[in-house]
Amino acid sequence: MGAGHAHRLYRPGHSPVHALPPHCKLAATFGFVLVVVSTPREAVWAFGLYALLLAGVAAVARIPAGLLLRRLLIEIPFVAFAVLMPFVAEGERVEVLGMSLSVSGLWGAWNVLAKGTLGVAASVLLASTTELRALLLGLQRLRLPPLLVQIASFMIRYGDVIGDELRRMSVARRSRGFEASGIRHWGVLAKTAGALFIRSYERGERVYLAMVSRGYAGSMPVIDEAVATRGQWAYAAVLPVTALAVCLMGWTL
Amino acid sequence: MTATPALTPSLEVAGLAYAYPDGHQALYGVDLSVGRGERVALLGPNGAGKTTLVLHLNGILAGGVGSVAVAGLPVEKRNLAEIRRRVGIVFQDPDDQLFMPTVREDVAFGPAAAGMRGAELEERVGAALDQVGMADFADRPPHHLSFGQRRRVAVATVLAMRPEILVLDEPSSNLDPASRRELADILRSLDVTVLMVTHDLPYALELCPRSVILSEGVIAADGRTQDLLCDEKLMRAHRLELPFGFDPRSVSVA
Repeated sequence: MGAGHAHRLYRPGHSPVHALPPHCKLAATFGFVLVVVSTPREAVWAFGLYALLLAGVAAVARIPAGLLLRRLLIEIPFVAFAVLMPFVAEGERVEVLGMSLSVSGLWGAWNVLAKGTLGVAASVLLASTTELRALLLGLQRLRLPPLLVQIASFMIRYGDVIGDELRRMSVARRSRGFEASGIRHWGVLAKTAGALFIRSYERGERVYLAMVSRGYAGSMPVIDEAVATRGQWAYAAVLPVTALAVCLMGWTL
Repeated sequence: MTATPALTPSLEVAGLAYAYPDGHQALYGVDLSVGRGERVALLGPNGAGKTTLVLHLNGILAGGVGSVAVAGLPVEKRNLAEIRRRVGIVFQDPDDQLFMPTVREDVAFGPAAAGMRGAELEERVGAALDQVGMADFADRPPHHLSFGQRRRVAVATVLAMRPEILVLDEPSSNLDPASRRELADILRSLDVTVLMVTHDLPYALELCPRSVILSEGVIAADGRTQDLLCDEKLMRAHRLELPFGFDPRSVSVA
């Protein structure tokens, strides 16, 4: 068993950011990201201000800078794409360190890099200060289709169960002397995946039976309703509203 | 149907026969009556139709011949919501039974589905978890509990609906001896009718004064658990075997 996936991203704490209702934080993060992507890329200083804003949030949430930076590493595959752009893009070129780079490619790379990093950082902050369970309640509150929320919540509940099942199957395979070592063994792995699918499907039926037995009639009862006061909304709005001010300055200056 | 409410049995099954859509006939006319507050063990070999019978009790399977009534209320389509509140089935694998992200929400699911909210719901959940001694685990995710704890929470999920009859499918399976005893203590402490499907004959003897044997789709025997377990001919005829070294005659049952 051990700790589930549910808890790896979350960093427990009692900061004001942790205490905000999940749907306020979701809305604030979404608003912030929208503002960031609609900022003109030429307003380089604006992105610096955004980064400062996020650093401020991290400080209030008492998320150490090291942790935040480490988690930003997830972005690397996208960065690799951005780094390629100055080399492959067309148009006017400049010489940097003896390499010929495209000017529009450089701007493109900067655009992807800056906006991507800020978006990822905002999401990392959200995930570190909000429990996965609370996020689902927030999404439910923000009127995301209930079916999607149900699917996500079953994913959290059964991720570990299915992971354990997969591990047991792998132990059973290896106990009979099988090591997957090359393309010839892909067939066996494919059959494992198929068996896992059938087992999960059958479990789904049994779970449904248990749900129906306890009165399930197509919709999940709302047990915990996330509620937010006007003050909490206002507090959460500080981030996207300040960002919006920066963005408007970016367009006008 | 002239009996007074106090004498209405918790469960009344009459002439129940059922064949699966693929033609396999599982039940051939089952008659069973369980009085209020009784604890009855349902014994029988694999494939005797025990699960099929259980799924008829809350109307998940239907469409055969015969009738089922729970505390006088017939199991019919228009009564299903009330029937499912009255019949609490605890399935064998607690991972199937516990499908919500936290223990508290799982226990709340049944009453909440029936429309209960707020303080009343909290109180109901707390009481059910207290009954199984799991009140301290309310905010844990089910997959972080031990198997025995999960089984107990599974019992709490149906207790929260204040059922007329508790139906347990193999309650002692996969439990270590200590968890097995703890569950027995809990079941004994409950003031509710219990129908327990089991292969664990000593457990049946410990908990249920009365047993019925379901074999080849009919009730083959119905009587005191100790009498049935001591009847070697009957036991052999229905593929029931006691664990090595266990002598039901040597146990004194209250």
